[in-house]
Amino acid sequence: MIVFCTFVLNPYRIFSIHSIWNVFLTELLSFLRVILMDENEDHIKKIKIDHLIKVFGPKSLRIIPLLKKGLSKDEIFEKTEHIVALNDVSFEVCEGEIFVIMGLSGCGKSTLLRCINRIVEPTAGIVSVGDVNVTGLNPDELREIRRHKIGMVFQNFALLPHRNVRENVAFGLEVQGMATDERLEKAEKTLQLVGLDYYGDSMPDQLSGGMKQRVGLARALASGAEILLMDEAFSALDPMIRRDLQDELVDINEKLNRTIIFVTHDLDEALKLGDHIALMNEGEVVQIGTPEEILTNPKNEFVERFVADVDVSKVLTANEVMKKPEPLLPITAGPHVALRLMKEYGISSIFVAARNRRLMGLVVVDDALEAVRSHKTLEEILIKDLPSFRVDTPVSEIIPMIADSRYPCAVVNEEGRIEGIIVRGSVLAALGRSGVDVFEA
Amino acid sequence: MYLKLKPSYLLKGLFVVVFTIVLLLWEIPLGGFVEGIVDWIVINLGWLLDGISYLLESLVDSFKTSLLFLPALWMIPVLTGIVVVISNASLIRARAPPAEYLQNLSLSVLAFLGLLLIQNMGLWEMSMATLALVIVAALVALGIGVPLGILGANHDRLHAVLRVLLDFMQTMPSFVYLIPAVIFFGLGDVPGIIATVIFAMPPAIRLTTLGIRQIPKELIEVSEAFGATPTQKLIKIQLPVALPTIMAGINQCIMLALSMTVIASMIGAGGLGYQVLTGIQMVDIGMGFEAGLAIVIIAIVLDRLTQNLAST
Repeated sequence: MIVFCTFVLNPYRIFSIHSIWNVFLTELLSFLRVILMDENEDHIKKIKIDHLIKVFGPKSLRIIPLLKKGLSKDEIFEKTEHIVALNDVSFEVCEGEIFVIMGLSGCGKSTLLRCINRIVEPTAGIVSVGDVNVTGLNPDELREIRRHKIGMVFQNFALLPHRNVRENVAFGLEVQGMATDERLEKAEKTLQLVGLDYYGDSMPDQLSGGMKQRVGLARALASGAEILLMDEAFSALDPMIRRDLQDELVDINEKLNRTIIFVTHDLDEALKLGDHIALMNEGEVVQIGTPEEILTNPKNEFVERFVADVDVSKVLTANEVMKKPEPLLPITAGPHVALRLMKEYGISSIFVAARNRRLMGLVVVDDALEAVRSHKTLEEILIKDLPSFRVDTPVSEIIPMIADSRYPCAVVNEEGRIEGIIVRGSVLAALGRSGVDVFEA
Repeated sequence: MYLKLKPSYLLKGLFVVVFTIVLLLWEIPLGGFVEGIVDWIVINLGWLLDGISYLLESLVDSFKTSLLFLPALWMIPVLTGIVVVISNASLIRARAPPAEYLQNLSLSVLAFLGLLLIQNMGLWEMSMATLALVIVAALVALGIGVPLGILGANHDRLHAVLRVLLDFMQTMPSFVYLIPAVIFFGLGDVPGIIATVIFAMPPAIRLTTLGIRQIPKELIEVSEAFGATPTQKLIKIQLPVALPTIMAGINQCIMLALSMTVIASMIGAGGLGYQVLTGIQMVDIGMGFEAGLAIVIIAIVLDRLTQNLAST
């Protein structure tokens, strides 16, 4: 139809048959393009950032011409004492994806995130969410968008200390003006979603870091926002809990299909979570792409350095493959307790620790049985000569040791305190996750 | 490092030079200025002063009459009951069984025995007069101070002005406040209250501002990110999070008010302070000591009570 119309109505057709043929060809091409692009239609663009600039300082608007002239960040600071936080940033985020903004600290990634809901006011440029131009909204309209469309999760949790968990989760709904019963009920449901069913009445300071951030996540989810802004949300958590929460975030988002913008400085986290990654440096986006593209096709030296060591077992450290040091046997206990604990946890050896979790040695089940029979003490059956690692020991060094050893290995800190336990299975699992050929390593 | 010459520096420099010359050549009649302002106020704003005077007087009188409504031996259990309720506020809110209140009764016992001692010394009426003065002065000081503190926390300009003003108020010898108070309001309870309010207000303002400014930036961002209006931000986040600090300010305010009501007896405010003053004038050490002891008892009870409130 289109082709026909253009053919008939096109004014050029009277000039020559040659130009008519040209027009026909271009129309055909664009028609084909539409058909071929059709499969991408479900990737609706949800957020669009267009030439965003943020300058901190009293006369920020005057700096824009200088930026356009091509002056560097340092030159502008030297001359005007204004700080250029974002320089001409543009990208698009599709609906339902996790878009990771990654970079070193001070590169402007948190500022960029805050420009999206205008907690930080952009100096120039356009932010659109759906078909709404956020940068053009008046304060009331902006408030409505923040209440219903955009949720936020903070690095240090930012829970309200004077409210219990349920009331914290209901905060967004309360601000929206929802009735008390309704919002508390909804908060309870959201708490179930993040696995905190029974903690509604607890106060925030009674929770561990990981649980606090689950509450933070629930609070952002409860308001029904289609977009989640997550600012270094898992950076303050220790590695094992962080991994759990990353997995959970992916799971939850498969259910809810929210659009998530996730800021992090941790490359592993970015690779794990991101459908797309934007790598930032000095206020500019250096490269945008899928994790695969970033790894295999770094655009310049900066990206190359950033991703240099990834994907080799050298990057994985003991930190990533260890599990919680549980159970630990107190040195004061006897062989009976050792047997009992081993039975309870279904293991054949158990680490023995002094006070402060200082590593003393290992007891294996056979020795413990023997000890019970011949009334030996724990001290006598303790295996003290154990390989142990630091948290930053590369996995490549651990693999040969653990392959030779009959026992699990302990990860200790400088003072000899047990930080975690490494068993063969967890090393293999970690390597499997990161796609390294185990046998080659 | 080098200094950049900006027009503002030039202006400041010029100001310093001119001010120095003026100070050297001309004896400024600063005292005269102040007198002139006071005169102007008395002449032109008399109606306002009368209104304030009437309002405060009726407030103090109504508190006094209600505190003296019952005879002392009836009133002491009532006041002790109030102390029990306030000191167990957190337990009551948690709906704990009344038996648990017995655990922290020490303050209530202290209050009971203290009040009984005051009655025993024959200082009951004067103590209640002092209490009424303190309550009214503290209410007025808090009613002005806490909102000012909130405004100061949210507006940097106002904060800068307030800081200068507060420094001025706190370093000026407290006796100086008595003079304009007398000129504006004559002698009696009302000028005493005015001087007390000025003296007791600074900590309420300062600690309210401090408490709100100390709130972590992320918490403020939470209120913004979830679309709270400025009022919602104030009520749901700023005030509750800053409450412990604000309560410390309230405690300070009440304590200062109590100490100032004693000084205010010099311009005719009644109560225990007047008794102390008479003790000084007649060199009657027993009388002065008894009145002083009554003040200490009231001070301890008020202090512990407000601290209790602050920690719940």
